[in-house]
Parts: sequence; C-alpha cells; structure tokens
Amino acid sequence: MEQTEAHGHVIPYRVLARVWVLLILLTAVLVAASRLYHETLSVPAMLIITPVKAGLVFFYFMHLKYEKTYLKALVFMTLGLLVLIIGLLFFDVLNR
Amino acid sequence: MKNPSAVSVHKDYEGSKLGMWLFLFTEIILFGGLFILYSAYRSRYPIEFHDGGQHLNVVIGVANTVILLTSSLTVAIAITALRKGNRRLSIFCLSATIVLGIAFLMDKYVEWSGEIHHGIYPNSPELALRPQGDQIFFGLYYSMTGLHGLHVLAGILLLSLILVFVIREKVTGTDFNRLENAGLYWHLVDVIWIFLLPLFYLAA
Repeated sequence: MEQTEAHGHVIPYRVLARVWVLLILLTAVLVAASRLYHETLSVPAMLIITPVKAGLVFFYFMHLKYEKTYLKALVFMTLGLLVLIIGLLFFDVLNR
Repeated sequence: MKNPSAVSVHKDYEGSKLGMWLFLFTEIILFGGLFILYSAYRSRYPIEFHDGGQHLNVVIGVANTVILLTSSLTVAIAITALRKGNRRLSIFCLSATIVLGIAFLMDKYVEWSGEIHHGIYPNSPELALRPQGDQIFFGLYYSMTGLHGLHVLAGILLLSLILVFVIREKVTGTDFNRLENAGLYWHLVDVIWIFLLPLFYLAA
C-alpha cells in the first residue's frame, strides 16, 4: 500500500503561507503588547496569544486538524494533563 | 513495481506516526515540568525574574522566533512539495530549514557569548554575589534554552539525514513517513520556543 492511500490529505501551499503570516502577525502583537509595560494588557495578551500560536502550529503545520479523532484526543489529553498540573501548582502557590 | 519482494514489505504508517506523537508527548511533559519549575520560582522571586528578563536581548529572542517560525513553514512546504511530486522544491525547502536551524544556533551563540562576557553563567563569581532569585532565573534560562538548543541541534541532524534520503529517493512522494515524522519533531521544537519567548524575553 502506498502512503498516499493511507494519508490522503495534502495541505495546500496557500494554507501553509497564511498560517505563517498569522504566526508572524501574532508575534508582532505579542511583542508590542509586552513593550507597553502595562501588566493588565501584556499578561492576558501573553496568556491568549501564545497558546493560539502553538495551536496554529499543532493544527496546520503538524497536520493535527486532518488526523483521526483518537490522535486528536491523545494530544488534548496530554496537554490537558499539563494544564491541570499547572493549575494545581498555582492553586498551591496562591494558598500558601 | 520493479522489485517483486518490495510488494510484500509491510509498512505501518499509521503506527509509525502514532509512535512519533507518543515520543512528542514525553517531550511535552519534559519541558512542561521545566515550565512548572519556572512558574513556581517566578511567583517566589517576581522582582528578580522581572529584572532578569529585562537584562536579556529581546531583539535576538524575537529574531530567533521569526527564524524558527519560518523554518517550520519551509519543512511543511517540503512535505507538501514532495507529495505533489515537486522533489526539487522539497529538497530546497529542507535545505532552507537546516540553514535556518543553524542560523538559530548561531544567534544563540552570540547571545550566550554576550551573557558570559558579562560574567553571567551558571556558578560564575559575578552571579554568586547576586540575590538567590537572580541565580535561579539565569540557571533556568541557561538550562531551558540550552535543552531547547540541544533539541534544535538534534533536529538539524535528523533533517540532514532525511535530506539525504530524499536526494537518494529513499523518501518519496508515496513513502514520505520519515520526512513527516522529522517534520513533527521540528514543529514541536518550534512550539517549545513559542513558549520560551514570552517566559524569558517578554515577561519583563
């Protein structure tokens, strides 16, 4: 069996290019927000933009959008575990 | 097919990709642990971490981000090109990815040389005089960006090997699994840097 039969979807060039442009723009926004030295703006910007950038890489560059449900579920479980542990850590730190 | 014995060769592409992802999960947990360590110490030494971040070179940090994001694009194009039968474009983009990876490491060299020149490196006499929070910040900075740098180096070596495979037509438009898996590794290295940038360079 050739691999093309098993993995039918090829990501078009224009989709890849658009994702790259978006990643660069988001980085620019992130840097601009951090240069304002204004914590109420820069911290949320960081907490929202950074995971969005990682998501774009996972979903498009890493082909996750076109993968089977079980693989998506595994990735979400791993990242979910990490987020849960980080959440528990903050709960611990804030309540000391 | 020219070689009849090749027909019976069983290749489990699905299993191979799953195996790669399982390996990437261990990498996510490895760096995740370090991010947790960073967060815990940042909450204990907020002022020192803030000052430490201001000391780092934002221009180099952002330049390296652009380099890695672009290298992720080129490796993704290399896969699409190979599958569409454009082997030359695939070879060009894979080579570009390797060059960008080397550029990243050279930037890192310039950055670290600057820090070391200022007497800031793990266990340095200059750093020993500073408060504990500073020592922890720079300790984490060197270990986290250093471990990431090792991953970039491993990625460069892996992609170079795949480049040889593509040139020798061992990896082709109908058997591109090894290129795909190497690409996945490279993208994860990029994702880790996406998180390192705000933690060290922008959180000042």
